[in-house]
Amino acid sequence: MMKLSKYVLYDILRSKIILAYTLFLFIVSISMFQMEDNNSKAILSLLNIVLIVLPLVSLIFTTIHYYNSYEFIELMSSQPMSRTRILLSEFAGVSISLLSGFFIGIGIPVLLFAANDAGLALLFTGAALTLVFISIAFFASVLSRDKARGIGFVLLLWFYFTLIYDGLILLVIFNMSDYPLEKATLFLVSLNPIDTGRIFVTLKMDISALMGVTSALYKDFFGSNTGILFTIGIMLLWTVVPLWLTVRRFQKKDL
Amino acid sequence: MIRIENISKKFRKLQVLDNISAIFQKGQVVSLIGPNGSGKTTLIKSILGMVKPDNGKIFVNDQLINGDPSYRENIGYMPQIGRYPDNMKIGQLFKMLQNIRGIHEEKLDKYLLNQFELEKIFDKPMRTLSGGTRQKVSAALAFFFDPSILILDEPTAGLDPLASEILKEKIVQEKKKNKLILITSHILSDLDEFTTHIMYMQEGKMQFFKDLETLQEETGELRIGKAISRIMKGEKFTNEWIDKILEIKKDENIY
Repeated sequence: MMKLSKYVLYDILRSKIILAYTLFLFIVSISMFQMEDNNSKAILSLLNIVLIVLPLVSLIFTTIHYYNSYEFIELMSSQPMSRTRILLSEFAGVSISLLSGFFIGIGIPVLLFAANDAGLALLFTGAALTLVFISIAFFASVLSRDKARGIGFVLLLWFYFTLIYDGLILLVIFNMSDYPLEKATLFLVSLNPIDTGRIFVTLKMDISALMGVTSALYKDFFGSNTGILFTIGIMLLWTVVPLWLTVRRFQKKDL
Repeated sequence: MIRIENISKKFRKLQVLDNISAIFQKGQVVSLIGPNGSGKTTLIKSILGMVKPDNGKIFVNDQLINGDPSYRENIGYMPQIGRYPDNMKIGQLFKMLQNIRGIHEEKLDKYLLNQFELEKIFDKPMRTLSGGTRQKVSAALAFFFDPSILILDEPTAGLDPLASEILKEKIVQEKKKNKLILITSHILSDLDEFTTHIMYMQEGKMQFFKDLETLQEETGELRIGKAISRIMKGEKFTNEWIDKILEIKKDENIY
């Protein structure tokens, strides 16, 4: 498997987009830490980058990469190489490159300036979200043969996860404010990896005390070990399920 | 070596392959002939596992094709339109496939590589190649691992006369090694030199599959082109005639 991923990785590194991405993240996080005198404020700003930019870049980059390496996939499938192996190698190649971009760009500054609970939670969330959205992007690209449609679909997904879903949750909470919704919202939140990540990181920070009764319940839950396991579980599910669906779909696909 | 049992394939509403059965043996050079869109390439891609038939079975060396890719170690495939990763250089492409297949240097068949003088342009990226050079690369790759089954989809299309001669020469040599060779081509005169069997397809149906001598006897023509055109135009081409041919085939058959 690594043999094939090596070539995927090589192909990705040649394009230098990953280099630009790493540099961008690095400059942003260094300047955040320089501008804010309080490190947790900087973490908070970085959190917004992680929650918005990372999913977007992962989705778009993966989709474009998939369509660009269609020839490679086609060539490999005429060789003694199973479809599952081809796809997982692609996944591994993209994941390794985007993750190393993230760890160098944001990981190093965070470890330098704010190597505390919140910082580590941020790193975990960023890495997990990267994997989740790579996986989702692969699923979207396998579904459609057309590049424009694939990218369009992926952009819609990004809007859904970052904007639309929050709106829907607010609508539910607003309309049903007479009922005790803490547990229900916890469930709803877990249906969106970005929200899960956001709550997981914010609750590691001091500001969470300002968020009222609901957050007290969350603090109880997410602060505990169960909460950490829960977050890891959700992220893992969000990575594995789309990937599994992708592999299944890809095996039946006509190339 | 290759046994095809009742395979059918539909792309949306279009029936591309309609209940095709055939057996190809060692030492045969089978020419797949038929008008554009008659399903030749789809049949070939089904054998390679790149297209998944809706029903029916394909066996290669008695191994059923159902996901295990190892049977493709014995197959060299030259696609109709060779599509390769843009950034990869010719040399890298050969190195990579050698690396992936794990085949030793001395077992490689570099005849075409030398004859087409591809080694001189090993550091040219694939995207800069002309259609003809691409075709040369495809041909050299198909023969590179000295496979026992060769599948050539329009091998001489786009090649200059010299290269085309070299390739045909090579096919004749490989035929002597008792390999199974499947060829599709629209240039029927190219096929005269080595064909032993002819499979004629139309609208996804196999019209007939017979050896060259029988065809020559029945049509009174020595050249494939003339024999085929006689059949296509000819008074003999009725349904009863096809039924009769297929009946004979079934009796003496290989089943």
